[in-house]
Amino acid sequence: MSLFLAPVAVLAVALGGFWLAFTRAGRIRAGGAGRLNSLPIYHGAYAALWAAIPALLLLAMWAPVQTALVERTVMNSPEGQTLPDFDMQRDSILAEAREIARGKREVGFNTESTALAPRFREAENRYSTAAGAVAILIALGAGFLALRRTGLTFRARTGVERWLMGLLLAASLIAILTTLGIVLSLLFETLRFFKLVSPTEFLFGTTWSPQTAIRADQVGSSGAFGSIPLFWGTIFIGAIIAMVVAIPLGLMSAIFLTQYSPARLRAWLKPILEILAGVPTVVYGYFAALTVAPVIRDLGLAIGISSASSESALAAGLVMGIMIIPFVSSMADDSIAAVPQAMRDGSLALGATKAETIKKVLLPAALPGVVGGVLLAVSRAIGETMIVVMAAGLAANLTINPFESVTTVTTQIVQLLTGDQEFESAKTLAAFALGLALFVITLILNLIALSVVRRYREAYE
Amino acid sequence: MSGARPNGGDTPSTASAASRWTDGSMDARLRRRYAAERRFRLMGLFAIGLSVAFLVFLLATMAWRGIGGFSQTEARVAIDFPRSDIIIDPASLVGPGADQVVASADLETALVQAAVANYGPEAEELFGGGAARALGKALIEDPSLLSRRAELWLPVASAYDIARKDTGTPEAERMVAAIDARGDLKRSLNTGFLTYSDATDPGEVGVWGALKGSFLTIIVTMALAFPVGVLAALYLEEFAPRNRWTDLIEVSINNLAAVPSIIFGLLGLAVFLNFMHLPRSGAIVGGLTLALMTMPVIVIAGRNAVKSVPPSIRDAALGVGASKMQVVFHHVLPLALPGVLTGTIIGMARALGETAPLLMIGMRAFIATPPQGIADPATVLPVQIFLWSDEVNRGFVEKTSAAIIVLLVFMLLMNGLAIYLRNRFEQRW
Repeated sequence: MSLFLAPVAVLAVALGGFWLAFTRAGRIRAGGAGRLNSLPIYHGAYAALWAAIPALLLLAMWAPVQTALVERTVMNSPEGQTLPDFDMQRDSILAEAREIARGKREVGFNTESTALAPRFREAENRYSTAAGAVAILIALGAGFLALRRTGLTFRARTGVERWLMGLLLAASLIAILTTLGIVLSLLFETLRFFKLVSPTEFLFGTTWSPQTAIRADQVGSSGAFGSIPLFWGTIFIGAIIAMVVAIPLGLMSAIFLTQYSPARLRAWLKPILEILAGVPTVVYGYFAALTVAPVIRDLGLAIGISSASSESALAAGLVMGIMIIPFVSSMADDSIAAVPQAMRDGSLALGATKAETIKKVLLPAALPGVVGGVLLAVSRAIGETMIVVMAAGLAANLTINPFESVTTVTTQIVQLLTGDQEFESAKTLAAFALGLALFVITLILNLIALSVVRRYREAYE
Repeated sequence: MSGARPNGGDTPSTASAASRWTDGSMDARLRRRYAAERRFRLMGLFAIGLSVAFLVFLLATMAWRGIGGFSQTEARVAIDFPRSDIIIDPASLVGPGADQVVASADLETALVQAAVANYGPEAEELFGGGAARALGKALIEDPSLLSRRAELWLPVASAYDIARKDTGTPEAERMVAAIDARGDLKRSLNTGFLTYSDATDPGEVGVWGALKGSFLTIIVTMALAFPVGVLAALYLEEFAPRNRWTDLIEVSINNLAAVPSIIFGLLGLAVFLNFMHLPRSGAIVGGLTLALMTMPVIVIAGRNAVKSVPPSIRDAALGVGASKMQVVFHHVLPLALPGVLTGTIIGMARALGETAPLLMIGMRAFIATPPQGIADPATVLPVQIFLWSDEVNRGFVEKTSAAIIVLLVFMLLMNGLAIYLRNRFEQRW
């Protein structure tokens, strides 16, 4: 547990450093020897930053290393040597032992874990005491060196500002790190998946049934990982049905709001659209499954489609389309507003009606922005999870009948990762491969959309 | 269009007959164009009307289905405590250990006996765990009950609750009608819904555990995403040099804001759970994952707010000798703060309603006790809604909708706060 105490100790050292430097600079100022270059508070902050940041950085980088080191030590101990090689079972035993060592639970489900727990505690204590001591020493040393520089001519403010600059840069680098983390973690698991299942089967196969059997002689034991039906289902629901609803309704809403609506009505309508955009997706999903889906099924049966399912693509797509309306509307709103007023005035001056101006002048001029907005909306719709998890089915059908059930990439990711998890199995790894495919598709859509929007904006400014 | 062509003279011979405004066909064409105009306008009104109607329908459906979740049916039952099987020392009901004493006493059996005594042998299952809990509470409030025969109002089991509110099984319907005829049935406010946690019986469930999990998760998210987002926005807007690195940061922030939320869940699973071994299902992992997801939103809102601070402020501060850093932290940031806060609250509201990434990192377990800290297994309100919506038991339908009402109230409060902040503090320069 001392690895959690170490940061507190480091912060205490930093606070002490701040106080010493602050009072020292204050004394120098009161001594009347001359004018301080920086205010005492900057001297204090300078010492505190030097004491805290290097030590905290060290601890932050050490934490994941320690986890790996502790695990290796435990594995090399006599008790660890007896563990089964089989990864899944070993991992669960190790996880249990870690929990027992931290006092989270009393006894493990596996008997081995109880014996392992003291080893865990030992190794963790050893490593974290060492790391904590090193961190505190660094804090003391760096803080002392910074403290010694306190003086009349020392530019403490510049030093503090340099630290702040580093902090600002680090904060903005987190975005790159996150992107990198997503790509690397997905790629790593996907490569492991492709060792078990060939990429050609995954990309071009047309059957999806990820159930891997427990016994080898069971029926359907192989499991099929052809992802074509999933991508078809995703496109069918997210890019076709949802867009058929969202594009006309969103575009017409934006046109009405920007061109026709009186200001007082707009003041009411815009927040209502914002509320529609703010409703959590799980609520839409519940609504789609409980209210919309039965109506759609009855409708399908009434017009003579016997295969109409209560988990139809249409129900999920319709509700998703309604969810996207505010998004399309606000993107279209922005791009229509960016069309120069002179173009609209020119068209109206020639005698065109408002509708003609909108259809023949504003929309063509705003088209790149609208297209960019639609692409972003598509990328959002195909990544949407809860509506399809709750309202679309699990059957991987290749069908163009909207009353039938289809499944989507996101539904399958949730399905694969929330059932009984087996690590290392193709089933679990398949979820990461699907995730990578989804990430790449949305990345391409986003990049195209962003560049279209940006180029268009440059054209008018 | 011939009418738009610039023609020097206005002699009738050069202009075609159709473009003359005195011609009758011109009138007809104008009427047609005006009709098209009106149709177009109506289409716009129809489109936005449909969105509004849908929202109203959605809210009304949830309110209508969910309002029942906040009420419960109670039946009057007379219990003769001295003669019942309840053996509790009244003295032990005072002080902190009282909950334990009541929980270990076999109140369920006593309730079955009381129900049979009051309403006949068919009423064996009239009371469930919820009634036992209410009875325990009543005993702690008034230990003197134990020494006498008392009449109490206790909540009936879920099956009978449904029969009363909606339509249940024939047996339950008959039972409810019989009790109702005696005037021993009433509807009361279900206070337990906001104070209890998840349970297997829909009569006993509450949202407190999930709500607490949501709060803890949001606090972690806020503590991480807000400072990082604001600092990144300040850097990109005020300090960043124009080069390839800055472009890369900008592209990845804009892209991250549009990455599907489930991808962040996969990231959390791979990095925070499988690599860093943080506690599974803990609010800290959920908060970290949601922070990565919310940070780009805050950066984008923050940049817009910083951009809208006029350059004259910076020039004035620089002019009186402030350093660049002092300009930013003493003048630009305070002026941009309302805009930054508005964006942050909207981002937090989104994080509060997020479900998919939290399913990936295991916050979907059955959690019957509210989490005590950010490392304890927790669930959040949207996930709780998802879990209840999967339940087969019919009693969960109204509980799910009631939980949705609670969630929507919080979302509305946060969005309302954001709109208020925007109107109250945002300056137009």
